Amino acid sequence: MNNEALKELLYKMADDQLILGHRNSEWTGFGPLLEEDIAFSSMAQDKVGHSLALYTILQELGEQDPDTVAFTRNAEQFHNSLLTELPNGEYDFSLIRHFLYDTAEALRFEMLTQSSFEPLAQLSAKIRGELRYHTMHANTWIKQLGSATTESITRLQKSLEYALPYALGMFEKSPFENALISEGIFAGEQVLEDKWKRKVEEVLAQTQLQLPAWDTITPHLGGRVGKHTEHLQPLLDEMSEVLRIDPTAEW
Amino acid sequence: MSKPSLEKVYQWLEEVKDPEIPVLSLVDLGVITNVTISDKVRIEMTPTFVGCPAIDYMKNDIIETLNKHGQEAEVDINFKKSWSSDLISEKGKIALKKFGLAPPPDSKLFTDLEILENAECPRCSKTNTELRNPFGPTLCRAIFYCNDCKEAFEQFKPV
Repeated sequence: MNNEALKELLYKMADDQLILGHRNSEWTGFGPLLEEDIAFSSMAQDKVGHSLALYTILQELGEQDPDTVAFTRNAEQFHNSLLTELPNGEYDFSLIRHFLYDTAEALRFEMLTQSSFEPLAQLSAKIRGELRYHTMHANTWIKQLGSATTESITRLQKSLEYALPYALGMFEKSPFENALISEGIFAGEQVLEDKWKRKVEEVLAQTQLQLPAWDTITPHLGGRVGKHTEHLQPLLDEMSEVLRIDPTAEW
Repeated sequence: MSKPSLEKVYQWLEEVKDPEIPVLSLVDLGVITNVTISDKVRIEMTPTFVGCPAIDYMKNDIIETLNKHGQEAEVDINFKKSWSSDLISEKGKIALKKFGLAPPPDSKLFTDLEILENAECPRCSKTNTELRNPFGPTLCRAIFYCNDCKEAFEQFKPV
């Protein structure tokens, strides 16, 4: 099995989960209503847990231990998509991002239940079940607020248009795309992107939100190769603050 | 120390409880996926949720309990057999209800949030209830409200 290709895939998935998990956790104590505060906090815990499981597989493939990998790399060593690192903004943006990201995330893990790399297939089967709660949560709110008041629709529409180029950046092709496909590890970003577009269309069609034509959107790429926005490094600094103050701290 | 029987090991594992639901043993929770006995007791287990923060606590608890019974133990956490709420035993479901947590419905029925709308209230056993939040105080719980008891209750989520 092509280990380099596999590691690249695992790193970008783990980094996506860790970074968006951290962003979600920033809603703890600040949610627009208590239920949403709890929902984003729970999804944060799930996603950070998923990143730990993925980093653990990477460790078994010879990489450093999960804490070292999570807390000591710089921004340019991270492979998360730009979408996940953007600041939370207001609730409308966080909700749109949650919908666009989690739809892709759920489809990716669904596809990976068929992976020829057994540890990833097993983990994906488990994660797939958990993500049903995330996508249902996103879809429920998008459908409600996407058809509610002029303000909710206008806000979501604006955030949708802002987020879409970043969302397409999630499917930035890996240099190992062919190896991943031919070895049956992962069916590839193109297949995922197509499935994701169909799902996004299906949900948005049940709202008053307008989806621009796909060919009018230019993807914001770079995250997968370590070219990040100015927002990632401050997030990493905050995340690793305790470790940098006291590397021997236990928590 | 002689080699214990498989039955004996499971009996000991009954003593180890879910730290967040102290009435439910790890055996009834369905997280023990394999036990083999050779020079030491080897236990395989799987978390309820991948991000469950209690997993290391449970692992240490298993080792301590088996040590107490004079056994050397090794615990391997893996995803070979995926946990589902359907793995909670009937005995476990009764314990959950007594504890005040609605037991999970069949996870195969769960395709839509609407399915989750009417859980059975663990106090009055009626279903005049509504889902308040699919996310609760721990990853494995959802929050409901009973319109008859006029009180909130938690459900162990189907997954």
